[in-house]
Amino acid sequence: MRLINQKPSHSKALVLGLMPFLLIVLMYVFASNARLHENEDDKLLPSFSHMVDTMEKSALSPSKRSGEVIFINDTLSSLKRLGIGVVISALMGLIISIPLGLIPLVRAGLSPFIAAFSMVPPIAILPILFIIFGMGEVAKVALIVIGVTPLIVRDLQHRVEEFSKEQLIKAQTLGASTWTLVIRIILPQMLPRLLDSVRLTLGTAWIFLISSEAIAATEGLGYRIFLVRRYLAMDMILPYVIWITLLAFLADFLLKKFTCKFFPWYENKDKA
Amino acid sequence: MSLITIKNLWKRYGETVVLENLSFSIEAGEFCTLVGPSGCGKSTFLKMLLGEESPTKGLFLFEGKPFPAEPSAERGIVFQRYSLFSHLSVLENVMLGIELGASPLLGKLFGKAKKRAREEAIAMLEAVGLGDVLHHYPSQLSGGMQQRLSIAQSLVKKPKLLLLDEPFGALDPGIRADMHALILDLWKKNNLTVVMVTHDLHEGFYLGTRLLVFDKVRLDPQAPNAFGAKITYDIPLHDKKEKESVFKKINQTITREAL
Repeated sequence: MRLINQKPSHSKALVLGLMPFLLIVLMYVFASNARLHENEDDKLLPSFSHMVDTMEKSALSPSKRSGEVIFINDTLSSLKRLGIGVVISALMGLIISIPLGLIPLVRAGLSPFIAAFSMVPPIAILPILFIIFGMGEVAKVALIVIGVTPLIVRDLQHRVEEFSKEQLIKAQTLGASTWTLVIRIILPQMLPRLLDSVRLTLGTAWIFLISSEAIAATEGLGYRIFLVRRYLAMDMILPYVIWITLLAFLADFLLKKFTCKFFPWYENKDKA
Repeated sequence: MSLITIKNLWKRYGETVVLENLSFSIEAGEFCTLVGPSGCGKSTFLKMLLGEESPTKGLFLFEGKPFPAEPSAERGIVFQRYSLFSHLSVLENVMLGIELGASPLLGKLFGKAKKRAREEAIAMLEAVGLGDVLHHYPSQLSGGMQQRLSIAQSLVKKPKLLLLDEPFGALDPGIRADMHALILDLWKKNNLTVVMVTHDLHEGFYLGTRLLVFDKVRLDPQAPNAFGAKITYDIPLHDKKEKESVFKKINQTITREAL
């Protein structure tokens, strides 16, 4: 049978899907063992048991001074920054993109500006943000907002422009004004599209979060990995990276589930 | 006074003449079907009736007043596809029209007013045969049922003019026959005025009380856009016998030119 017609069974697909993960873990264990065999103080590829030890000792047990658990503290403060930044970006994206996509006068007035503004590399204005907002939380959230909002706006603007002309005209013949068209037809249909857009931009939001934490913070996942980098503490960096990846995956998964649950019509929207 | 009055009406896009010097009127209660080869301007004419396009020059009156330059609740439209609101249930799709009309601020009704709108919408949906699928989403309906819903959406607004833009073009022949029966029934019961564009001459003849054939009469091979379409036939279809003889005559010219 041709390769393009061979479809894996459910179990086979599962095994195939797990393979790359297993492979990379095996490769790591092999390489780590080899290096540790040469030099048991090697820091570059620590063994898994060593990573667990380190995490337990320095990240997961309460600190003697403040009684706080570093790992939980870091996670909570990073998630808080990310959450606030993404929610603000999403709301701004929604509020800006609907008039932009729907109202020709607004589009004519704002489109060039937004196109130009979204070309500014957000990391390059990070110093400006630190100067204006200080080294506190505001600057970090602001970086996420400035970096992510233009992406969401441009994505959602296209989604708004994709609404069929038939649908918009039909709504007008049913008596909709521009305002009621927005709140009854456009906005409710944009919400799941907004969640899609947030899922797509979440990766970018993490980049900005970790960058700003690396530069100025006193706690946070990004702060921690850049702090321990000085001691070549791969035994801490690697678990943190895995944890960040897991959080990102989880956020994506939850957003997807949320969309399916609260917008059951969304999956088949193109059939009507 | 006629519902629609048209006198010396022209439509041009730049150099291209689409419609050339049309003059006729449509009375309330007529069921006009517009046929013609593709590109003959019948869809452009429908868009002008809808308010999506405006005429280049000439007199174009709705109830004696100039046509509104944008779509309005007086003129309902049923498109071939893509005009249902996929986030609303069947019932909500029909209630929407009532709610938009009654509540300019929120476009939504509450309490007793909502209950009345609901009852009105259900009655409308039962009339088009969708009483059993009130809480389905449009995507769960078949093509024919989606068109029934689109008709119900428009009719609940009681439009003075109902425009149909090849509404049954995407449906199977069997379903199409059902839809023909439905639209004729609704037209009679609700005293509607209907203007329908179709590329199916049989359909045009079967449904209409009046058939308008759009076609280009003059053609300059050096400048194919220099002349627009005119109405080549304007046939009242009350007399069955006459209907058949005229059908044969037109069928030849139309199919020849459409090919």
